[in-house]
Amino acid sequence: MDLFEYQGKEVLASFGVPVPSGALATTTAEAVAASEELGYPVVVKAQVRVGGRGKAGGIRVAGDVAEVAAAADAILGMDIRGHVVERLWVERASAVAAEHYVSLTLDRSARMHLGLLSSRGGVDIEAVAAEEPAAVARLHIDPLDGLSSEQCRGWVADAGLGDGIADAAVELLGRLWTAYTEGDAELVEVNPLVVTADGELVALDAKVTLDESATYRHVEWEGYVATQAGDDREQAARARGLQYVGLDGTVGIIANGAGLAMSTLDVVAQVGGSPANFLDIGGGAKAEVMAAALEVVNADPKVAAIFVNIFGGITRGEEVANGIVTALEHVDLASPIVVRLDGTNAVEGRAILARHESDRLVSRATMVEAAATVVSLAAQKTATP
Amino acid sequence: MTILVDETTRVVYQGLTGSQGRFYGLRNRGYGTQVVAGTNPRKAGADVEGVPVFATVAEAAAATGATVSCIFIPAPGVEAAVLEAAGAGMELVVVITEGVPTHDQARLFRTLELDFPGTRLLGPNCPGVISPGRCNIGITAGEIAMGGGPVGIVSRSGTLTYQALHDLTQAGIGQTTCVGIGGDPVPGTTFVDCLVAFEADPDTRVVLLIGEIGGSAEEEAAEFVARHMTTPVVAYVAGVTAPPGRRMGHAGAIVSGTRGTAQAKIDALERAGAAVGRNPSETAALVAEVVAALP
Repeated sequence: MDLFEYQGKEVLASFGVPVPSGALATTTAEAVAASEELGYPVVVKAQVRVGGRGKAGGIRVAGDVAEVAAAADAILGMDIRGHVVERLWVERASAVAAEHYVSLTLDRSARMHLGLLSSRGGVDIEAVAAEEPAAVARLHIDPLDGLSSEQCRGWVADAGLGDGIADAAVELLGRLWTAYTEGDAELVEVNPLVVTADGELVALDAKVTLDESATYRHVEWEGYVATQAGDDREQAARARGLQYVGLDGTVGIIANGAGLAMSTLDVVAQVGGSPANFLDIGGGAKAEVMAAALEVVNADPKVAAIFVNIFGGITRGEEVANGIVTALEHVDLASPIVVRLDGTNAVEGRAILARHESDRLVSRATMVEAAATVVSLAAQKTATP
Repeated sequence: MTILVDETTRVVYQGLTGSQGRFYGLRNRGYGTQVVAGTNPRKAGADVEGVPVFATVAEAAAATGATVSCIFIPAPGVEAAVLEAAGAGMELVVVITEGVPTHDQARLFRTLELDFPGTRLLGPNCPGVISPGRCNIGITAGEIAMGGGPVGIVSRSGTLTYQALHDLTQAGIGQTTCVGIGGDPVPGTTFVDCLVAFEADPDTRVVLLIGEIGGSAEEEAAEFVARHMTTPVVAYVAGVTAPPGRRMGHAGAIVSGTRGTAQAKIDALERAGAAVGRNPSETAALVAEVVAALP
């Protein structure tokens, strides 16, 4: 679960990591009111869960009321790499003396946590790491031992953050580690971690990804969960408990199992189509889940044809086929549907589908055949609306 | 031969009295797996259709000789359940449960590594392991598999594994063992662990590896294939068209930068000499070609 910057800072602050004071605004008036409260100069920052905000003009410094209003007007509604700005974070501008970088995440190959620390913050850290690996101090952290202050001191020295702030850095990194572990984060990244003109260390940005599997032990995440869904389609899917990711194409995809759903997207693209979504309905493929999935995909105005790709394991082909037929009785489909049913008793299942075959429901035996059919149906429909 | 499990494997089910544990535990028994015990501290002395229930794994092991545990209990209890099984001397612990937090997985793996080196963890969030005709532990539909080899399967994805088993069985090609390692961030058993075992198994003469976007497990597998394997490898990787930065259901399926993309994995596997299919049926056809060419 990726958080907005303001939410990430809230998480870090709750573990004692210093962040600048600020306020959330969804209108220009709110941004102005917040600035008056905070005192000038302020920074007006677009809240989007995507990188490259600064380059897109989504971050502006404002010295007075007029500048705040102009900045808020310009940034609200801005499209940053497909993300429309609906929220602003307005914070007191910091006098920056130096910019560092720090992140904590899991190194899957080492099956240890990995900390990255560099005195070269505020820039594209991936480029720094690629061009000058020695500029990024890497530290593997044992999940059982955690980050000791001794280890942390060596890490700070390796990164060359400067002796003057070593004590403050060790303390801040300890708190960041606690935020990462006790906060059940998959990623905590601060870029830049700044040293202010007063010599204070402050997290000027925060990229925090929380582990959704740990939601059960974090009641305080309720507000973050509520802001997760992107567009209307994702909100509708979320409300029905479906694993859905919205994409831009015309072929709606429903499959059972994440791997099979991904594979379905690939095959549709291979035969020249473009997927409208990823939707995994899980193992069982029950009629009511199928109906909910069809409702969500059917409501997407871009969808011109729907591909239902089911592998029946323990749930047999007949049950899956009957489920699809039942679901179709409950949903008024705007687009034709192509079903590929395979697995246990697939032949029996396909026979049931064949009895209901029409220009709205087509059954194909293989993934590639079904993909070719659904892509040509989608093309026909988009050509003659 | 098979890897990990065979007809002599005796299995205890932690969570046998729950609805999932009961359903799959009894299905596994119906398949022929030696389902010798269940555990539930509050239902010790009871039985599930004749399978005795014990309070602890240690008691179950002492009474029945179980050496493998299969866990069907909810995510918050998984870490403790695995450590209980390891403490009772289980050689293999299969965790079907999904939704175990990443930090718990990292701690758990490290604890097993340091304190219980004799215990292998499979999962969490995996479909289990099946040696067709001999032993099925987990949620795979046994009827789609066929024993006898010569193909060993290792996979990060559930339904794609079933698809592969089914395709091979339909083509009359048997399997030695099919291991679902699961798609979570810290899997107890990796591709490489399974490749080592398949390479050592004389009856596994072709290996099918099924991967997906996220992490670098496929790249590590490719390196192992290039350096250490004489057994031919066929592979499939899902997620070529997945948009960067979007999560597609599996915790493991996260793309970040070029590392972890399906294309990078496919390239690495091809460089290592593996034949990589573009979709599941093409992949099954490639396996059939390799099998047909075996001496």
